[in-house]
Amino acid sequence: MVTATFAILFYAATAILLAGLGARIMLYARTPAPLSIPTTPAPTSRGGAALRVAGEVALFSSLFRSNKWIWLLGWAFHVALLLVLLRHLRYFVEPVPQVLVWVQPFGLYAAFAMVAALAGLWIRRIGVSRLRYITGPSDHLMLALLIAIGASGLAIKYLAPTDIVAVKAFFLGLMRFDWQPLPADPMLLIHLLLVALLMVLFPFSKLLHAAGVFFSPTRNQPDTPRERRRLAPWAAELERTNR
Amino acid sequence: MSKKEFDIPAVPKDSEALFTPEPKPDATASVRSYPASAQHQEALGFPGEIPDDWQDRALAHFETLLERSRSLRVYLDSCVRCGACTDKCHYYLGTGDPKNMPVARQDLMRDVYRRHFTPAGRNFPGLVRGRELTREVMDEWFTYFHQCSQCRRCSVYCPYGIDTAEISMAAREILDVAGFGQKYVNEILGKVHKIGNNLGLPGPALEDTLEGLEEDLRDETGLDVKIPLDVEGADILLVTPSADFFAEPHVDGLMGYAKVFHQAGLSWTLSSHAAEAGNFGMFIGNYEQMKKVAERIREAALKLKVKRIVVGECGHAWRVAYSFWNTLAGIGHGADENDEYARALQNQLDPNYPVPQHICELTYDLMQRGVLKFDPTANDHIGLTFHDSCNVARASRMGDKPGGQMEIPRALLRASVRNFHDMADSTIGDATFCCGGGGGLLTDELMEIRVKGALPRVNALRETMEEHGVTHMAAICAICKAQFTKVLPYYDLPMDTIVSLHQMVGNALRLDRGEI
Repeated sequence: MVTATFAILFYAATAILLAGLGARIMLYARTPAPLSIPTTPAPTSRGGAALRVAGEVALFSSLFRSNKWIWLLGWAFHVALLLVLLRHLRYFVEPVPQVLVWVQPFGLYAAFAMVAALAGLWIRRIGVSRLRYITGPSDHLMLALLIAIGASGLAIKYLAPTDIVAVKAFFLGLMRFDWQPLPADPMLLIHLLLVALLMVLFPFSKLLHAAGVFFSPTRNQPDTPRERRRLAPWAAELERTNR
Repeated sequence: MSKKEFDIPAVPKDSEALFTPEPKPDATASVRSYPASAQHQEALGFPGEIPDDWQDRALAHFETLLERSRSLRVYLDSCVRCGACTDKCHYYLGTGDPKNMPVARQDLMRDVYRRHFTPAGRNFPGLVRGRELTREVMDEWFTYFHQCSQCRRCSVYCPYGIDTAEISMAAREILDVAGFGQKYVNEILGKVHKIGNNLGLPGPALEDTLEGLEEDLRDETGLDVKIPLDVEGADILLVTPSADFFAEPHVDGLMGYAKVFHQAGLSWTLSSHAAEAGNFGMFIGNYEQMKKVAERIREAALKLKVKRIVVGECGHAWRVAYSFWNTLAGIGHGADENDEYARALQNQLDPNYPVPQHICELTYDLMQRGVLKFDPTANDHIGLTFHDSCNVARASRMGDKPGGQMEIPRALLRASVRNFHDMADSTIGDATFCCGGGGGLLTDELMEIRVKGALPRVNALRETMEEHGVTHMAAICAICKAQFTKVLPYYDLPMDTIVSLHQMVGNALRLDRGEI
């Protein structure tokens, strides 16, 4: 019963995440950017613009200029999340490559850093009056969800261990459409339930910034308007009908 | 207008002490633009009265804009409310009204977007702050999207590059389409269409004005420095903000350009048909209006058969010219061979020069080539600093390299004035603070927000005045010049503190052609 419920839950969550995010990315890619609007000074080549976006994605370079506290907490959270995800990859691959073996302890430290950084972000959100003003219920809930995921994961590790071999068998089984039993430990089920919830929320929430950052015209456009004529399809149509 | 109508913010003695204010909700809720009259609305094809179905029209146009513009869609989706922008807007720093924090200003639109265009907002409006587009919301949009100067400072600091200017332009266009237009901008757009410039200065009056200026130049220099108008076959068409024709200190800039052209022996002309570089179509985010205004320059260039197009000192105009003209009207280079519309003009233009070219680029190039010589002692009575105009700094370029828009004006000023000092780093370059009057806010009923929005700039200016003996501040934007002339007196600084860049150039330029 538990196994079937969670199997279906994860199929559904994965489908919603991939389809929802995919549809959003397609929509962004298809929507034209009619005018040249890079925030200048901007790179004058496509490669330069790609590097600029890479800097935003990997280092949060604009945020670094903006506010060192938000940068520190935000960047620490994202890097920690990446390490935690890498650590979790072992549940989905067999055999486990050496690099994933190597990353395991870092993933564990990162779990603490992740929860700490999220707590820091939440404290700022409540403590700084300007941030309090712009914060809505969903902002609190998103932080609560992420912290709960981190905390329940740590609880499984340190307080309520589960049979991780069976968990791995469950996920490998899901991927091979050959269901294996999932241990019915409450903490594990909470952890998985919250993760599935996060996956479902992703395409409908502010988590879309993960896709948006790649499509931001102020960052990804090279600064070449005098050398190249940019014309959106609807603008070209306008030009034809106006003449 | 009395200076006692609102409290003038105090400029801190120690400039470091300009701290971020605590949010004071609704501090500027009552500072509102005048609504456009039916006549001004209809001239632009917008409804003259607010129609019964205004909400349907607004939402339908909202959807059209979402389909037309990637930036709008991505920026409405992507904000995580991290707070990085909350202390970056000069209007927030000057007023403390939390709706002047960029994220909160965007949220006025984002909340409506969620409610009407996203599943989360349709189903859980309470959770994600979805907000029905009511009359009250439209009024709030009208107020606060006309307290944004579209300066893009917030965009520099946003981790996703979210540009509030894109949001406020879209919001204003939706307001216009639903019958909630703003008088100042729409009235001026009507004048451009009807007469050819923002000030409504007709051709014959312009001719008289230019003759008067030529006389002034003759009196000053003893030389026959011309300001030609409508000369067919001239090499260069100069398109400049119409304020350059008579406002102070703008007109001193225009005379500076004339001296540069004269000394370099260039063949140039103004056009009575395109006697306006400004393009207020950008302020209301309306592509069609922006295109219509830009096409006047195209038409003039074709008619006068010029080879080059040069733009005078104007911030938003330079953004439109540099970034948009090629798209809007084919004014630029690099159009496809089969792009007949753009090719009709581009085949006529000289490929050896950038099109459009900024007057500062032109002067700088001549200086580099040794065609122009400067005697900076002519400006020894002046201690100068430079105000980077937002649209030049953050939405355009000069020269070949990124950042040229900061370096080239300074190179000209350093050649022209010996005592030049920059203001604090965090207030110049792409971090520059808006003058407080850009983006369609340069109207008297918004004086409170204009004065308060100038606080961060005035603060940095006063510091250089006290520490480096700066007496004047040069700008390359007609709106900046007009705004500072008006608001600096509120801070007990003389109105003529603000000068044109080419006024400094004109003072220092050696007009002794024989020696070259």
